[in-house]
Amino acid sequence: MEMDRPDGRSPNQLRPLACSRSVLHRAHGSATWAQGETKVLAAVYGPKAGTKKNENPEKASIEIIWKPNTGHIGQADREYEMILKKTFESICIRTIYPNTTTSIVVQVVHDDGALLPCAINAACAALVDAGIPLRHLAVAICCSVTDNNCIILDPSKQEEEKAKAFAYLVFPNTTVSVVPEKSLQAGSDPMAHGIITSVTHGAMSVDDYLHCLERGRATTQRLSEFLRKNMEPKSTREASKAG
Amino acid sequence: MSVPNATEDLSSEVEVDAFRRLFPVRYFERHLSESIRPDGRPLKEARDTSIFLGSVASANGSALVKIGSTTMLTAIKLEVMTPSLETPDEGCLAIDFHMPAICSPIVRPGRPAEAEPVVSKQLSDTISSSGMIDLKELSLVSGKAAWMAYLDIYCLDADGALFDTALLSAVAALSHVKIPAVAMNDDGKIVLMSDEDGKKQANEQVNKEKRKLTLKSIPLSLTCILHKSYILADPTAEEESIIETHVTIVLDTHGQLVSLYKPGGPVLAYTSAIQDCVALTRQRVKELKSFLDEANSAMEVE
Repeated sequence: MEMDRPDGRSPNQLRPLACSRSVLHRAHGSATWAQGETKVLAAVYGPKAGTKKNENPEKASIEIIWKPNTGHIGQADREYEMILKKTFESICIRTIYPNTTTSIVVQVVHDDGALLPCAINAACAALVDAGIPLRHLAVAICCSVTDNNCIILDPSKQEEEKAKAFAYLVFPNTTVSVVPEKSLQAGSDPMAHGIITSVTHGAMSVDDYLHCLERGRATTQRLSEFLRKNMEPKSTREASKAG
Repeated sequence: MSVPNATEDLSSEVEVDAFRRLFPVRYFERHLSESIRPDGRPLKEARDTSIFLGSVASANGSALVKIGSTTMLTAIKLEVMTPSLETPDEGCLAIDFHMPAICSPIVRPGRPAEAEPVVSKQLSDTISSSGMIDLKELSLVSGKAAWMAYLDIYCLDADGALFDTALLSAVAALSHVKIPAVAMNDDGKIVLMSDEDGKKQANEQVNKEKRKLTLKSIPLSLTCILHKSYILADPTAEEESIIETHVTIVLDTHGQLVSLYKPGGPVLAYTSAIQDCVALTRQRVKELKSFLDEANSAMEVE
């Protein structure tokens, strides 16, 4: 179905991605991630000694601080903090440094749609920049269902507001490995097809949601490649962070 | 880190309660391998649910809902206010979720629980996404007066599946709420009509008699927890603390997916798991709808 998007993109086309690492000098790891106009800055500090009262001291704990671009911290920000915390708890290998806290500070620079996926991608890049051990990377994407049941990827704020429903989906990145694919599969699906996190808004049919999942999975390949290219160490810098 | 052999030996000597505290995951898995849970339920069964409407007599609408031990009390209070300029013929619905210290040993007075703002936001999002309430029904005089509905949900006992119980209790209260009869008096203010005024008919009647809200499609939910390849429906607080992967699915009575909420968790959800969870939720929605209808018809008899 032909879909006329205000900025002329095709339904499967993402906005231009931009990622810079090590933008902050004092943070152990930092990254900015921009998808079109939406831009988020993430900084990672840690591992630091000690855990908070309610946290399990046998594992490393993750603390998220979400800073909105305007206004005081409200319920929506607390919800985003909880979603990011649970998402990154499943990605980080928490048994390596028990009784430590790693803080991820997420600052929203500009919100033009698909804010949560942009923040997750930024935080993931910042974690890699800080050298925190991760099981796999997280790639996040937003799929929205328009009024005429067309599924478009990476909507802008205008498209999100007009959409019937949208879903923020986070997948593990696709793997490039020397081991044959079969050993990485769980049952009949390769690992990259499971979702880590899903947050939806608006009512859609169950079939629409499953289609969103499929489209999202197909795009993780592109996003994973982009992330991987960005993660490669640049030749001149790479000075030690502790120095 | 414990040596595997030591725990094997210990597990045969330690008594049940101690084993439950010391090795919660293994205690749980022992039950799962027999397709049963520590409280005796089969894996896919939800706990006993009961709905009591009208528990708070002073409120315009109220409901007390219990799913197992998790108890939520919702009360709706209606107040007249001037509608905003952008939406002159719409009322307003404010949803607030509270977890007072009575509900759980983890919650301390003075410091709000972590779950509080999250469940509160989830509830507001779900109720607005589902399109259950048409805010235009809350309007009285276009541009001048409209109802502001304050929906307060208090958790009295937090034993897992907080969002499910809170949503059911909010929906039950909204199906019970009666908008009072009001009239506009000479000063242009809205006043409550008592029975004598109705006979006089001196004032202009804005809202003739007490009426209920029409609910278009009711959103109902089920939370499942995923552990390895098992899917368990309706977890208790103990199960939620051991198993970190939760999926909450909200379906409305027309079968539309209002929300699929999976905030991270070590287990990845594949399509087959999602479809199983959706099927369980569909069944549960039918069950809950029948409980709700029963409770409503019991109220009407009175």
